[in-house]
Amino acid sequence: MSDHEYIPKSKFGKWFNDRLPLLSLANHLTDYPTPKNLNYWWTFGGILTFCLITQIVTGLVLAMHYIAHADMAFESVEHIMRDVNYGWLIRYIHANGASMFFLAVYIHIFRSLFYGSYKSPREIIWIIGIIIYLLMMAAAFMGYVLPWGQMSFWGATVITNLFSAIPLVGEGIVTWLWGGYSVDNPTLTRFFTLHYLIPFLILGLVVLHIWALHVPGNNNPVGIDIKKPSKDTVPFHPYIVIKDGFALLMFLIVFAFFVFYTPNILGHADNYIEADPLVTPAHIVPEWYLLPFYAILRSVPDKLLGVIAMLSAILILAALPWLDTSKIRSAVFRPLYKQFYWILVADVLILGYVGAMPAEGLYLLIARVATAYYFLHFLVVLPVLGFKEKTLPVPLSITEPILGGSPNLVAAKNDERLKE
Amino acid sequence: MKFFFKIFLFITIFFLSPYTLNAAEKVEYLKTDWSFKGLFGKFDRGALQRGYQVYTEVCSSCHSMKYLSYRNLSQKGGPEFTEEQAKAIAASFEVKDGPNADGEMFTRPGKLSDKFVMPYDNVKAAQAANGGAYPPDMSVLAKARGGGVDYIYSLLQGYEEPPAGVTLDDGVYYNKYMYGNKIKMSNQLSDGLVEYGDGTNATVEQMSKDVTTFLMWAAEPHLESRHQMGFKAIVYLIILTILVYFSMKRIWSRIKTEV
Amino acid sequence: MSEKKTNRRDFLFTATYAVGAVGVGATVWPMIDQMNPDASVKALASTEVDISSVTPGKTITVLWRGKPVFIRRRTQEEITEAKSVKMEELKDPEKDEDRAKNPEWLVMLGVCTHLGCVPLNDKGDYNGWFCPCHGSHYDTSGRIRKGPAPTNMEVPKYEFVNSNTIKIG
Repeated sequence: MSDHEYIPKSKFGKWFNDRLPLLSLANHLTDYPTPKNLNYWWTFGGILTFCLITQIVTGLVLAMHYIAHADMAFESVEHIMRDVNYGWLIRYIHANGASMFFLAVYIHIFRSLFYGSYKSPREIIWIIGIIIYLLMMAAAFMGYVLPWGQMSFWGATVITNLFSAIPLVGEGIVTWLWGGYSVDNPTLTRFFTLHYLIPFLILGLVVLHIWALHVPGNNNPVGIDIKKPSKDTVPFHPYIVIKDGFALLMFLIVFAFFVFYTPNILGHADNYIEADPLVTPAHIVPEWYLLPFYAILRSVPDKLLGVIAMLSAILILAALPWLDTSKIRSAVFRPLYKQFYWILVADVLILGYVGAMPAEGLYLLIARVATAYYFLHFLVVLPVLGFKEKTLPVPLSITEPILGGSPNLVAAKNDERLKE
Repeated sequence: MKFFFKIFLFITIFFLSPYTLNAAEKVEYLKTDWSFKGLFGKFDRGALQRGYQVYTEVCSSCHSMKYLSYRNLSQKGGPEFTEEQAKAIAASFEVKDGPNADGEMFTRPGKLSDKFVMPYDNVKAAQAANGGAYPPDMSVLAKARGGGVDYIYSLLQGYEEPPAGVTLDDGVYYNKYMYGNKIKMSNQLSDGLVEYGDGTNATVEQMSKDVTTFLMWAAEPHLESRHQMGFKAIVYLIILTILVYFSMKRIWSRIKTEV
Repeated sequence: MSEKKTNRRDFLFTATYAVGAVGVGATVWPMIDQMNPDASVKALASTEVDISSVTPGKTITVLWRGKPVFIRRRTQEEITEAKSVKMEELKDPEKDEDRAKNPEWLVMLGVCTHLGCVPLNDKGDYNGWFCPCHGSHYDTSGRIRKGPAPTNMEVPKYEFVNSNTIKIG
């Protein structure tokens, strides 16, 4: 794993390290050569690790007080909010933490899209990332069911019913998922079990994600391969640690604002009404982070095709390293791709917006156009662009002036400023 | 750094958008100044105590509040009745308890640890007594409605004669702020309906405000400590961020690169 | 010049670490405190017991804070026996008068002070209680006489509301 052999100084350290090379691992992590030009978009990896740990710790605490039973779940959440010492704080951190987690993961994904981090040789990192993202959605959805409010119940009903779109076996699968003929206590207890399990799966995948990252090393804003260690790199500790720490603190200020001052703004009022199988809320919407996919689902008038479109919208990302045919990684040197990139960002934001609106009239039309464009971007624009686009010359190193005296790095830096 | 603030700004705008989005689609609610809003927002004790009085004398005959206990009435950050007052309030209710040694249920005066006594034994009984409509439990009502406190405050004052063309069935009333304008609760408040112990004039507006404040506290009993802790947490985070920022500058000054 | 710079840097880093550590501590505390008894548990402090049907020589067991409480109406012999014990014979010397306000009634937590089992009534070498887990013998005043338990069975706070009712807690 490490580029150089590490030998502990103390005798005991050496004895231990020969048997279990934890010290070598720690040394690898602290000395890990990181490109020194990483900007703040790169700090979200660390922020995401923090989010995962926060969710696991607060989740464990909540599980000590929560009761996974249809008759008692809602009451036990109120018990946490009212009586448990600091229960309100821990629950609000967990609930808003989910939103913050998704915010960070979206920034992380879009950073990757901009700088071409998914390209060779980092395809495996990217695909593991997509699996993590899928698991996050599953965990978030099941977590939202646990308070057993109206949105929990009807969200669970609607999402599990997606499986009924599968021909022949669909109905059977839905009944199997429910453990009954409707969403009820068996559904709740299994969702709780899986909600508890998934974060640990994610944790394992995160280890693989970082492991796979440490093989080729980080991509960087210039998108070129760098020798490591070299003048272009800095050791992870203390340079990157302190920078990630600074960014994390800024992130925490936003996080704290939500937890302490508007803890319910990202939730839905209906979820403070206990689940009632006889009454559906007037306006069912998923949590904000699932809205773009919800919009895609609703924009297709056929039940099965809608579900397929929604799933494809996520799974298509896994094929991205091969759909993007360009040899250049960073959008900094791809003037056309850069424009299409921002159109995609706008497209996803629009999908998110119409996902929150009723599926009718103009909203539906916009949703359809945006859905079509979403797939067009990945299936047509990206492959074609790789061949057609006239890219800018790329520097050979981060620090060295370009051979032949081209002022590209300066251009790249200025360009960075302009872009943001 | 400039670059960083752009990210920060982006996040802020991103999360502020739901505020504006939500604001756009709602009816204009009646406005009043709530003491519990804002960074240092606290409940007005007088309003909470009066609100409790309105709840017990008016609402509680139909609406339960099953997640609250009498001990909450003397808890910090709440109406802050003295413990003796709270005990007296609890004792004024008959609580069903048991079974006793003979296996029979019995009633006894309430204790601080008891939950608020419910007007009906179960949802079916509540529906049967109210023409099929279940008067919602009020424990978390202020958080369970889209417009929150503004909605409840407006609804209590929103009863009107139905406009021409709208016909109402028996037991259905017209309310400007209700979703669909038809509500099964009749207008409950009228000027001077309760007699406030502190001499406050019990207008409909005053009672609406008091009882809504009480409902907000019931839904969010730790709101005050949340605000206080939040202010401390954010001040702390800002101080640490500044320290880390300068530490970072210092560390990165060892190599020739801008952070 | 360079030395001064080093000092200032050290101070900056030390301050950052110190402030950071305070924050970590403040964050960890809620996670620990949440396991302490919550507000609803603390509120369930007392319970009232009707003792009118207990005849001399009988013990009733009631639940208080999740633990058994023995309420025994002692016979005259038991009271005499309990009062006649010399203090120096006791492992945990305590007068019977201090344990039973009203000598007829002995109220104590039915929990062996060794490792928390519930002792058996009317058993053991001292006509009191005997803990089957590890063989501790208690006398008619619930005092430890033989076996591994270190102290007498605990007497909770209680009072006679009237001649028929005891309020524990």
